[in-house]
Amino acid sequence: MSKSASNTMTAMRVGPLDGLLFASNGISLTPAPSGTRLVIRARAEAQAEAKKLLGFALPTKPKTSIIKGDVHCLWIGPDEFLVIDVDGSGLPAKFEKAGNGKLAAIDVSHRNTAIIVSGPNAVDALNSGCPQDLSLEAFPVGAASRTILGKAEMILYRTSEAEFRVECWRSFSDYVWKYLVDAVKSV
Amino acid sequence: MTITTPNTGTNRVARKGRLSPSKTVTFTFDGKQLNAMHGDTLASALIANGIHLAGRSFKYHRPRGILGSGAEEPNALMDIARDKIRTQPNVRATTQEVFDGLIAKTQNYYPSITFDVGGINNVLAPFFSAGFYYKTFMWPKQAWKKLYEPVIREAAGLGHAPKEADPDRYANRFAHCDVMIVGGGAAGLMAAKTAAKAGKKVIICDENPEFGGWLLAEGEASIDGIPAAEWAAKTVADLVAMANVKLLSRTTAFGYYAQNMVTLAERITDHLALPDADAPRERLWQVRAKNVILATGAIERHLVFADNDRPGIMLSSAARMYLNHYGVAVGQNVGVYTACDSAWHAALELQEAGVKVVAIIDMRSNPDEQLIARAKALGIPVRTGSAVTKTSGKLRVKSMTVEPIGDHLTEKFEIDALIMSGGWTPSVHLFSQSRGKLKFDEPNGRFIPDIHVEQCVSIGSCNGTNEIDAALAEAISASNAVTGKKAGKAPKTMGFASMEGHLIGSAKGAGPDDHVMAFIDYQNDVCAKDVRLAVREGMHSIEHVKRYTTTGMATDQGKMSNMHGLAIAAEALGKEIPAVGLTTFRSPYTPVTFGTIVNHAKGDLFDVTRRTPMHGWAEDQGAVFEDVGNWKRAWYFPKAGEDMHAAVSRECKTTREVAGIFDASTLGKIEVVGPDAVKFMELMYTNPWEKLKVGMCRYGIMCREDGFVYDDGVVGRLAEDRFHVTTTTGGAPRVLIMMEDYLQTEFPDWKVSLTSTSEQWAVIGVQGPKAREIISSLVEDIDLSADAMPHMAIREGKICGVPTRLMRVSFTGELGFEINVPADYGQSVWEAIWDIGSPMGMVPYGTEAMHVMRAEKGFIIVGQDTDGTVTPYDAAVGWAVGKKKTDFVGIRGLKRPDLIAEGRRQLVGLRTKNSKVVLEEGAQIVVDPNQPIPMKMIGFVTSSYWSETLGHSIAMALVENGFNLKGETLYVPMPNETIAVEVCDPIFYDKEGARLNV
Repeated sequence: MSKSASNTMTAMRVGPLDGLLFASNGISLTPAPSGTRLVIRARAEAQAEAKKLLGFALPTKPKTSIIKGDVHCLWIGPDEFLVIDVDGSGLPAKFEKAGNGKLAAIDVSHRNTAIIVSGPNAVDALNSGCPQDLSLEAFPVGAASRTILGKAEMILYRTSEAEFRVECWRSFSDYVWKYLVDAVKSV
Repeated sequence: MTITTPNTGTNRVARKGRLSPSKTVTFTFDGKQLNAMHGDTLASALIANGIHLAGRSFKYHRPRGILGSGAEEPNALMDIARDKIRTQPNVRATTQEVFDGLIAKTQNYYPSITFDVGGINNVLAPFFSAGFYYKTFMWPKQAWKKLYEPVIREAAGLGHAPKEADPDRYANRFAHCDVMIVGGGAAGLMAAKTAAKAGKKVIICDENPEFGGWLLAEGEASIDGIPAAEWAAKTVADLVAMANVKLLSRTTAFGYYAQNMVTLAERITDHLALPDADAPRERLWQVRAKNVILATGAIERHLVFADNDRPGIMLSSAARMYLNHYGVAVGQNVGVYTACDSAWHAALELQEAGVKVVAIIDMRSNPDEQLIARAKALGIPVRTGSAVTKTSGKLRVKSMTVEPIGDHLTEKFEIDALIMSGGWTPSVHLFSQSRGKLKFDEPNGRFIPDIHVEQCVSIGSCNGTNEIDAALAEAISASNAVTGKKAGKAPKTMGFASMEGHLIGSAKGAGPDDHVMAFIDYQNDVCAKDVRLAVREGMHSIEHVKRYTTTGMATDQGKMSNMHGLAIAAEALGKEIPAVGLTTFRSPYTPVTFGTIVNHAKGDLFDVTRRTPMHGWAEDQGAVFEDVGNWKRAWYFPKAGEDMHAAVSRECKTTREVAGIFDASTLGKIEVVGPDAVKFMELMYTNPWEKLKVGMCRYGIMCREDGFVYDDGVVGRLAEDRFHVTTTTGGAPRVLIMMEDYLQTEFPDWKVSLTSTSEQWAVIGVQGPKAREIISSLVEDIDLSADAMPHMAIREGKICGVPTRLMRVSFTGELGFEINVPADYGQSVWEAIWDIGSPMGMVPYGTEAMHVMRAEKGFIIVGQDTDGTVTPYDAAVGWAVGKKKTDFVGIRGLKRPDLIAEGRRQLVGLRTKNSKVVLEEGAQIVVDPNQPIPMKMIGFVTSSYWSETLGHSIAMALVENGFNLKGETLYVPMPNETIAVEVCDPIFYDKEGARLNV
C-alpha cells in the first residue's frame, strides 16, 4: 500500500441544488455558493479561545450574529454557534487542532446547504412556511434563528432588509426549495 | 343605433342599489342562462330574476328559498363550478359572487328541483322524528354495515364532492400584528382607523367582498354627513393608504385559538372569471395578534311559525340588503312579520321604493308609535299583537294567514314574499371559541360577551351594542385601550334604524302540536316540535338536545337557530334559559375547504422526501426504492428480466464472491466531543468505552431506562475526546434527542457536546473479498493492509483527494469498508469506485440484499428483531453489556425481576425442515400444532429470507426460552399448512469470522 494514491482524480463537489434558479413576484431564489461551515460548541469559559481562533468574539445575544469579512457567526443556542465562511476558504482547518478541552468545532460544511431568498417580498414568501415574525422590528438585519419552513427545520438568517439566507440540511433542501418556489408563486 | 344592455332581472328597482348596470355578467343556473350585474351575489342575481326556489332541504326535501344575504344563509346551498373539475358543493348563494361563466346548480333532489321524489320524506315526516336513526336502525346489528349505513350514507348529505383531484393551488401565510380586527362593519372600521392612526400594526378582515357590514344595507343613514356605505368606502381608502394596515376582504376569521392565534380563510379567485393560473385559490392566514378586537356583528333571527320555510320567506335584513345594496326587490307583494323594529324599516323602505307592502304583522301589542304612524302614512296596513299562523304556496309563498295572538279570527293576505325579524343574535362564535364566558341579557333575549379570556375585546353589535353611536364610541375606546392614547372622536351619525324588539322561541301556531312544521334550524331540518320531543324523551342537557335533534350542528353552527332551540328547550324543561346553557361554538365559523387547511402540503410537499447524494446514480441504474422513514433507499437493482427475488439473490451472491457497493448514507451520525465524551459514552451505551483505542470502532447497544434495546450502531473513536457515533437510519433523531435529554437535564455540567453529522457524510459501503483491492488505488495516507488496518479500525485520510473517515466494518460478514466522505463529494467518489469495481465484477446492492446478508450472519436490526420489549440479553447481544460497569442507562432496568426471570423470549435462528420454504415474518410459533385453538404461542418470526448463498431459507425468531431449545422442533401454523422448524444458532454463515479477517 503506497502512501500516495496512484489514481490522481479529485472528487467533484456537487451540491444538491446546483443549477437551480427561480424568480417571480419580486422574489428570487438562488442556491448559495458552497461555503464551509462549522458548528462551534463553546460555553462561557471557552469564549476567549473561540475569539483567538476566529479573530472575533462570538455573539452573546440570542437571535443575533456577527460578521467579519466573509465569515458569519450565528448564535444558535446558549453554547452553540454556526460559523459560515461564504467563500469557502479553510475555516475548518483553523479549528482542526482546536483544543477540544475548551470548545468543540465540528465541520458541517456539507451537512447544510443554503438558499438565498431575496427581493422586496421575501418576507411574504418565507412567512408562507415560517411562523416567526419577520418584520424588521422583530427580525432585523443580522438576526438568525433556528426555526421551521413547513415541515423542515431551517436556520433563517437575515443578511439585508430584503435578503435572507435559508440554511437547511442537505436532504431537506429539495423540499425547502420546492416549498419556497410554491410560496413565491403564491405571494 | 341603440345599445341594449342585457336584462339583469325584472326585480331591479330604479335608483336603488350601488351596482352599475353598465357592467354585466352571464352565468347559468340549473342549465338556464341568466344575466346579472357585476358585484351581484348569486342570491341577489337570482332574486332579481324572480327566482326564490334555491334548493331542497336536507331531511324532508322541502322546497327552500333564499333566507339571508350573507354567511348566515342556511338554505341556499348550491353546487358552484367554473369547469368540470373545479366544482364545489354546498356554497352559499348569498356569498358567492357571480362571474362570467359561473355554473350554479341546486342540490338535493331527484329528478328536478320542482318535482322531487325525495319529497316523500316530507309526507312521511311524522315517522322521521328526532332521534329517528337512533331508534329505527338499532337492530339487527349486522344490518348496519351492509344495509343501513350504505343506504343512509347515500341519502344523507347535501351535494356531491367532485371525484377528481383538486387542480387548484392553495397558500398559507403566518402573520403578526398589534391589533387583529375581525369584521369590517361600522365598529370594525372605526377601531381600525383609530388604532392605525396611532401607528399600530393592524390587520382587519371581512368575509364579504366589500367592507362596511350592515352599513351596506342602509338606505338613508349617514355618517360624518355622507351616506353610510360611502363613509365605509372612504374609511377603507384611508386605511389602504397606510403602510401599517393590512385589509383582507373576502376573508373569514373562522377559528380563534390559544394565545391570540386567529385563523383566516382568504378567498382569492372564486369571484374571478379568468383567474391567473399561478394565483392560489385560497390562502390560510395564521395570525398571531397582540390584541384582538372582535367586531363580528349580529345576525338577524327568523321567527318560528308554521311552514315558515316556503321560498320567498326571508329575513328583513336580507330584504334591506338586496334593496339598498343590490337594487333588488325581494317581491312585489311583500308581507312583513316581526317582533323587532328592523323589519319596519325594511317595510318602509320597500314601500317607498315602489314595492307593495301588503301588511306589517307585529307580535308586540305596542310597537313604536312613530313607526306605526310612518307605516300608516305610507298606506301600509298594520296588525299589532298578531301572528302569522299559516302560509301557503308550494314552490313560492302565496299567502299568509294572520291571527291576533289572543284570538282566533283569521285574516288572509296574498303575498309573494314574506320578510321577518325575531331580533338580532350577537355573533359570539369567535368569542366563544376563545373560551370567553357569555352572560344572558334577559331584557334583550340574547347572550353577550362577559369575561374575555384572551387579550381581546368585543365591540359593536357582537357585544350587544346595537345603537350606532354607542358602537362607534366603543370601537374608539377599544383601540385607545390598545394604543394607550386618548385619540379619536366618534363621527356624527343620522338616520340609522332602531334594532329594538325580539322574540326567542316559538311564536303562536308553532306548537305545542306534534305535527306543525315550524322550523328553528333550516339547514338541519329541525322543528320546534323536535326539541320538545327530545326533552320529553329525556334529553335534559342542551348538549344532548343538540345531538339528538342535530339543531345548530354541522356547517351552520346555529347561526340563526341556537337561541330559538335553547328557548324552546328551556320552556319545555321549565327552566330559565341560563340554567339550560348554550352549546359550544366550534371552529370553523363557516366551512373551510380542505385545500386551505392543507395549503402547500400536497404533492411533492405533502412530506419531506430525503434523498442521499448518490440517489441519482441509483436511479440511473434502475434501482427500485423503498421508503425508510422520510428517506428513499435503493431497495434492489434489478437487471432486465429480473424480479426482486432474482435480483436480491444475485446481489448477495456477487457481493460474497466478488464485491458489492452499498449506499449507507442514511445512517444516523452524531459527533460526541469533549473532555467528558468517554464518560458520556459510558453512560449512554451498555458497552465499555474507556479502553477503546483511538482509531478503533466498537458495536454499541443503547437501552432505555427500562432495560430494553433502543438503538445500536458502530462507534469509532477518532481521538481521546472525540467519537464518531452511528445510529440506525430511523433512530437518528430520537437517539440524539435522548442523548441531549440526559445531557441537558441530568448532567448539564459535563463537558461534552453532541452534533448531528448524519448529513455531513455520504457513506459508501464496499463489501466483499475484493473490497480492498477496489478502493486501494483511490486512498491516500491510509495503510489498508490487514495488519495496519484490522477489522473494526477507523482511519482519517483522503480518498479521491478529499477527506475521508474510513472504517473497516462489515454488516455482511465479508471484508468491508465504509467510506465516509463529505456529502457533496459522495456521488463523485462513488463513481470513481464504481469505475474500478465494475470491471472487476462488483455490483451495487440495495437494502434487501443488505438485510439478507446480515441475517446470514445473525446481526440484528433494532426495530425488526427487537420490538421495545427485548433486552440485550434476549437479543443474544448480552456480550455487549459491560459486566464491570457500575452505571449506564438501563442498568437498573435490566435487574428487574421480570427481565431476569426464566421463560423470556430469546432470539434464535430457525431452519425450516423443508429448506425451500421461507417463513412469513410475524408468523407465530407453537410447541404442539395439534393442541386445541387458541393455541399457546411461544414466539414469532422476526426476520426471514431465502439465502442464495446457503441454498436454504433462514429465519430469526423470538422464542420463549429459545436459547435452551436449540435442536428442538417447533411449529409455525399457517392458514393452509403447518411448517416444522428446527431451532438453531442465529449465525448461519461463517461462524468463525474467517471471511472478515483477511
